[in-house]
Amino acid sequence: MLEIVQTNENNYISIAVTGDADASSSIKLDKGLRSAFDENHSNIIIDCTNLNYISSAGLGVFMSYIEEINQTNTTFVIHGLSEKVLKVFGILGLDQLLILKNTKEEALAEINGL
Amino acid sequence: MRISLAISTLLWLIMTLLDVLQVLAVRSDVDLGISPIVPVLIMDFFFVFVVLYYRLRITKVESTDFIDYLWRVFAIGLIATLVSLAIGLFNSSIADSALANNPFLEEVLFSISFGMISVFLISTFTVWKKLILYQKSKRLVIWWNVFEGVILLSIFFNLIGGDLQTSDSFKILFGIITLMALILSANLKWVAFLNFKQKWKSILLILLITIYLGYFFTSIYVPGEETMDILKSIDNLFIISLFVFLLFYSIFSLLVILFNLPTSSVFEKKMEEAINFQRLSQSIQQGENENQIFDILLTSSMSAVYADAGWLEIDRKENNGEPEIRRKNLSPTNRLEVVEQIKVSKQKSILKNPLSKATEQDQTLVIFKKSNFRSVLIVPLIIQEEIAGHMYLLNELSDGFNKEMINIINTFASQASISIENFRLLGEALENERYKKELNIAKKVQRALLPVNLDHDDSFQIHAFTQAPDEVGGDYYDTFKLSEHKFAVVIGDVSGKGTSAAFHMSQMKGIFQSLVQLDLAPDEFLVKANKALSGCLEKTSFITLSYFVIDTEHKSVEYSRAGHCPTLYYSSQNSSAEFLENKGLGLGILRNDSFKNYVFVNKMTFQKDDVIVLYTDGISEASNHSGEEFGYDRMKKILNDNAKFDAVSIQKTFIKRLFEFCEDKNLNDDYTMVVIKFK
Repeated sequence: MLEIVQTNENNYISIAVTGDADASSSIKLDKGLRSAFDENHSNIIIDCTNLNYISSAGLGVFMSYIEEINQTNTTFVIHGLSEKVLKVFGILGLDQLLILKNTKEEALAEINGL
Repeated sequence: MRISLAISTLLWLIMTLLDVLQVLAVRSDVDLGISPIVPVLIMDFFFVFVVLYYRLRITKVESTDFIDYLWRVFAIGLIATLVSLAIGLFNSSIADSALANNPFLEEVLFSISFGMISVFLISTFTVWKKLILYQKSKRLVIWWNVFEGVILLSIFFNLIGGDLQTSDSFKILFGIITLMALILSANLKWVAFLNFKQKWKSILLILLITIYLGYFFTSIYVPGEETMDILKSIDNLFIISLFVFLLFYSIFSLLVILFNLPTSSVFEKKMEEAINFQRLSQSIQQGENENQIFDILLTSSMSAVYADAGWLEIDRKENNGEPEIRRKNLSPTNRLEVVEQIKVSKQKSILKNPLSKATEQDQTLVIFKKSNFRSVLIVPLIIQEEIAGHMYLLNELSDGFNKEMINIINTFASQASISIENFRLLGEALENERYKKELNIAKKVQRALLPVNLDHDDSFQIHAFTQAPDEVGGDYYDTFKLSEHKFAVVIGDVSGKGTSAAFHMSQMKGIFQSLVQLDLAPDEFLVKANKALSGCLEKTSFITLSYFVIDTEHKSVEYSRAGHCPTLYYSSQNSSAEFLENKGLGLGILRNDSFKNYVFVNKMTFQKDDVIVLYTDGISEASNHSGEEFGYDRMKKILNDNAKFDAVSIQKTFIKRLFEFCEDKNLNDDYTMVVIKFK
């Protein structure tokens, strides 16, 4: 089960991802990210505090947005990854391509260019 | 059966011969010394064997075609009549000649016609028995058996002697038999199963049979003057009883069939409905398709309610919501007219469907004032609890549909729906079965993509193990002998699982097999592989890979990692296992030239008894019931404890521990392990 909640703030939108991102639920994750990108937000924060597990299919969803992030100059920050999930990102090498932060404050600092 | 026929023929010949001899004896006043009981006995046994013959014959013919039975009786009767007529004709033609009063000839001729008539009577008797016992009850069988027993016993009554005129016991027995025959003649159930045409045929045949019976009766009742008293058949209880019974039953049947004629159409209608109903329920076994079931439904419904025209509107999802129309006795334009009239008609009545509460499942009855058709019945077809279409039945009469008809239509519609539902379910099951077979083929093909023999030389052992929860998976391993002492080993994992992963895995196999021959450095290999995959990999798919080049001459290992799980390495010098940490990025994540900035080559030397454990995340990330992962620490410990064993044992221990850890929880990812042990 995976739950996606989008909150629009002043200068960014936050997408909270809760649950397990496996092969079947990744489609939901992709939908959530897609709509955020289609709304042309320049700052997107993904809150993964309650992301329990991510499979390769889930990683594939994040991966598929890397090119778009670079092309549209979107600031895309993921924060709150658990140790386990962070490790998975790291092994695949995604930590080199995506901005991963520990806390929301760090993520906000990133978009505010601090 | 043949024996009884032969015996009865033989008996008849003896009987004829004896008669002739006796006539001869009387003439020449010679006592033959034959007891008068002998010819009587022979005649009785002749009857017995003819009865036996027909009994055996009739049990062989297992037919419910009554016309066929009647036809047999008629045919025998015809032959007997023709023979009898021929004899009569012969007699009159020789009336003036010297032969006219020849008792021998007369005796022979009488014997022939007597035999024929007996055969006819007995064969008719057996057929009548078949008819009486159609749809028999236990009581009827008892009655019949008693009657048949008495009739058979009456064959031997002539041993006692006595005739109708003088003997009281003859009279009493004859009376009893007649009474029983009357009672049994009331069993005419078979008549109900004849259709209109068959009834007419039966009337004709039975009428003719009755005429034969009458003719024979008179011809036997008025025998030749010279005939011996004992043979006068009117005094034979058996023959006369048979006559009476056969005549009774013939006349009863005739009358009953005659009176049944007017109602037979109703009965036929009911039969037809029952047969249609059966057709609707059996249609699947006959390999019919949905459309045939719909056609049967429409045709049988129309005939059941005497509808003049009708059509079926079947919802087809694949047809952009356009319903499929199957018409009968109606042109497309007429149909549209009727549809328009239904829309505007004010005389609509809703008939509750007793089987459902949903209002859309109710039937609608529409009555028109001015139109070719005055009433329309609209019946919804419900398949798998959904409306699958509607049936429209049109009648030229304004009150064309009564309650009983509507009930029949209800039954037809629900039976057709069940048939179609079953048909669809069966189709789905077959389709699933086909998919299963296809997947099994895919499994075999994919299995063949993984090498059976792994390239190696005397310096190291190599052993691989792989398993997928689905038929096909995305794990990949392979080896290649680059030169005498140089080997490439690769392990990979495609993101996702199942069929799509399996396709990408086979792409990876192709890329490995082509690129490996270039003898590239591991990082270059990955860059080229990434480029090759960039064009053909799905947007959200990637492949993780570890690529190893083992040089056994220089005892060195070069490796690069493309986002794959870190390799577990056991160093015999340090007596400990460690994960090889190096940077890397999965293939297909960056599909441009910048990928090369993210892959690196590491180089190390190996020593005797060092162990490399390559694996996919299906092993490291396998979890147990409490959600705990198998994890790196456990893997490290297993290798530390078992590094002294050979490659096969190390792999077996790993998988055994993995299963113990997961207990009965099914592994839901592909898992693969390649173990290399240096010697």
